[in-house]
Amino acid sequence: MTTVSTPSLKTQSFTHQWVAFAIMVMVLVIAPIWVYPIFLMKVMCFALFACAFNLLIGFGGLLSFGHAMFLGTAGYAAAHAAKVWGWNPELAVLFATACSGLLALVTGLLAIRRQGIYFAMITLAFSQMVFFFYLQTPFTGGEDGIQSVPRGKLFGVFDLSENSAMYMFVLAIFLAGFALIWRIIYSPFGQILKAIRENQDRAISLGYDTDMFKLIAFVISGALAGTAGATKSLVFQLASLTDVHWSMSGEVVLMTLLGGMGTLFGPVAGAAVIVSMQNYFAQFGAWVTIMQGVIFVVCVLAFRRGIIGEIANWIKKPL
Amino acid sequence: MEIFGIPSQALFGQLLIGLINGSFYALLSLGLAVIFGLLNIINFTHGAQYMLGAFVAYLSLTKLGINYWVSLILTPILVGATGMLIERTMLKQLYKLDHLYGLLLTFGLALIIQGLFRHEFGSSGMPYPVPEVFKGAYNTGFMFLPKYRAWVIVASLVVCLSTWYVIERTKLGAYLRAATENPSLVQAFGVNVPRMITLTYGFGVGLAAFAGVMAAPIYQVNPTMGADIIIVVFAVVVIGGMGSIMGAILTGFGLGLIEGLTKVFYPEASSTVIFIIMTIVLLIKPAGLFGTQK
Repeated sequence: MTTVSTPSLKTQSFTHQWVAFAIMVMVLVIAPIWVYPIFLMKVMCFALFACAFNLLIGFGGLLSFGHAMFLGTAGYAAAHAAKVWGWNPELAVLFATACSGLLALVTGLLAIRRQGIYFAMITLAFSQMVFFFYLQTPFTGGEDGIQSVPRGKLFGVFDLSENSAMYMFVLAIFLAGFALIWRIIYSPFGQILKAIRENQDRAISLGYDTDMFKLIAFVISGALAGTAGATKSLVFQLASLTDVHWSMSGEVVLMTLLGGMGTLFGPVAGAAVIVSMQNYFAQFGAWVTIMQGVIFVVCVLAFRRGIIGEIANWIKKPL
Repeated sequence: MEIFGIPSQALFGQLLIGLINGSFYALLSLGLAVIFGLLNIINFTHGAQYMLGAFVAYLSLTKLGINYWVSLILTPILVGATGMLIERTMLKQLYKLDHLYGLLLTFGLALIIQGLFRHEFGSSGMPYPVPEVFKGAYNTGFMFLPKYRAWVIVASLVVCLSTWYVIERTKLGAYLRAATENPSLVQAFGVNVPRMITLTYGFGVGLAAFAGVMAAPIYQVNPTMGADIIIVVFAVVVIGGMGSIMGAILTGFGLGLIEGLTKVFYPEASSTVIFIIMTIVLLIKPAGLFGTQK
C-alpha cells in the first residue's frame, strides 16, 4: 500500500521531520494550559496505538484487523498488576507490554501463514476469540471491567494520581514509543520491511526470510499497541471490554487511514482528529459511528494519502 | 433417552440450532466466496446487508403489510439492487488498487448502514412473526422440530445447492469461472465482464439479504445482528478456503453443527470453538480445507 514514495536514504534530508517532531513536542508540552489534560492523554495513547498499527500497515503492508486485542490485553494486564499485585506503574506498563508482545507472537505465527485479505480476517477472528475469552474469564470483571485501578507512584517516588504528573508520564511514554518507531522505520530492518511490502517475491529471492521479518514487525507492533493500552488503563483507571471490541480495531485503522498510512506523523494527526470527534459528538450517539463510516468511505475513495500524506506530497518531503 | 449422559432432547435440540446457524453461515460464506471469486474483495458490508434483509422484511410487513413469502423474493432483489449501486458507484473505482482498500471501503459502509439503523431503531430487537403455515412443530419421535426451522434448513440447502449447480454446471457459471481466472480474456471473447461483476456482487448481496429474511422470525430483527455473525463467517471462510463453492457450503453447515455440539458438551467454549478450529486448520492446512494457496 504505497502512499508516499521515499527517495533513497542517502540523498534524503531529515531536517523537516525534526522540525515537525519539535513542533509536536512543543504543542504537547504547552497544550495542557488550554486543553483538558485527560483528553490530551487519551489522544497520546491512541496516537501511540495508531503509530504501532501504522508500522505494520504502512511499512509492512500487513492489515491487521485485530489490533484491539493487544490494546485490551495490555489494559487488563496493567490494571491487574497495578490493582491486585500492587505493582508500580512503570512495572505494570512493562509487564503489560510483554503480555501483548507474547500474544502478538502466538497470533502472528499463525496469521502470517496467510496473506493479504486472509491476514486481515484471521487477525479479526483472533481478536474476537480474545474478546470472548475476556468476557468469560473472571479476573477481567466481565461487563464491568477492572475499575478504580490505582495509578500508583512512579519508581515508588512520584505520585501519579496528580494529573500533571500523569501527563508527564504519558508524554514520556508516547515520545519514547514514537521515537522507537521512527528509528525502526529508517533502520535496515525497516527498509527490508518496505522491500517486502513492495515486492515480497523479490525480497525472498534476495535471501530474506520474509516471514521472520513480518513476524518481528507484528510482535513489535503488538507490543507497542500494548504499551498504549496499558498507559490508557492507568490514565482512566479502568480496563474494559471496549478496548478489546472489534470496533476498536476498526477505529485504529480509521485513525491511520485518515492521518496517512505509511507516514510518520499521520497516525498522530489521525488519532487527534478521531478522538476529538468522539469527544465533541459523544452526545449524538450512533451518529459518531455513521461519521466514522463516512470518513472511511471518503478516505478510501478520494483521500488515500491522508492528512499528513497530502501535506508531505505538497511539500514533496516525507513526513 | 440419553446419549453420552446427555438427554437426547437437549442434544438434538442443540444440533438443530447448530444446523440453523450452519444454514446462515453457509449462505453468508457462499455469498462472500462468490463475490471474492470475481471481485477479489472481501465484502465487509455482508453482515450489514444481512441485517438490511431482515429489516426490509420487518418494515415491509409492519408498514406495508407485505407478507413473508413476497418479502422472501422481493427483499433480496431490492437489497441486491442497492449492492449493485454500491458496486457501480464505489467499488468499481478500487479494482486497480490494493485489495485491502475494498475491505476498508466495505467496512466503512457497514458502519454507516449499522449506525443509521441503530440511530433509527435503537439496539433492542424487534420480533418478526413466524408465517402462519409454519406455526407449530413436527413430532419426530425423539424431538420436537418446529416447522419454521425445518423450512429454514431445507430452503437454505436448496438455495446453496442451486447456486453451486449454476456456477459449476451451467454455461453461465462457466463464464463466471472463466472470468474469475482471466477477466481480460473473457472480455475479449465478447462477454461484458463489468456487467457480470456488477450482477455477481448483486447476487452475493442478495444471498445475504435472503439469509436475513429467513433469520428474521428466528432471531430478533436488530441493527447489530450482522456485525456479530460476520466475524464468525470470516472464520468459516478462512477454515473452508474460498476456492470452492461446495467447500463454503459444507464448511458452513459443518461448523454450525460443531458449534451446536459444543453447546451441549462444553458450553463455555461455544462462542470460541470456531476460532479454535480456525487456529488448528491454520496449523495443519494453512490454505483452508478446500482452498489452494496462491
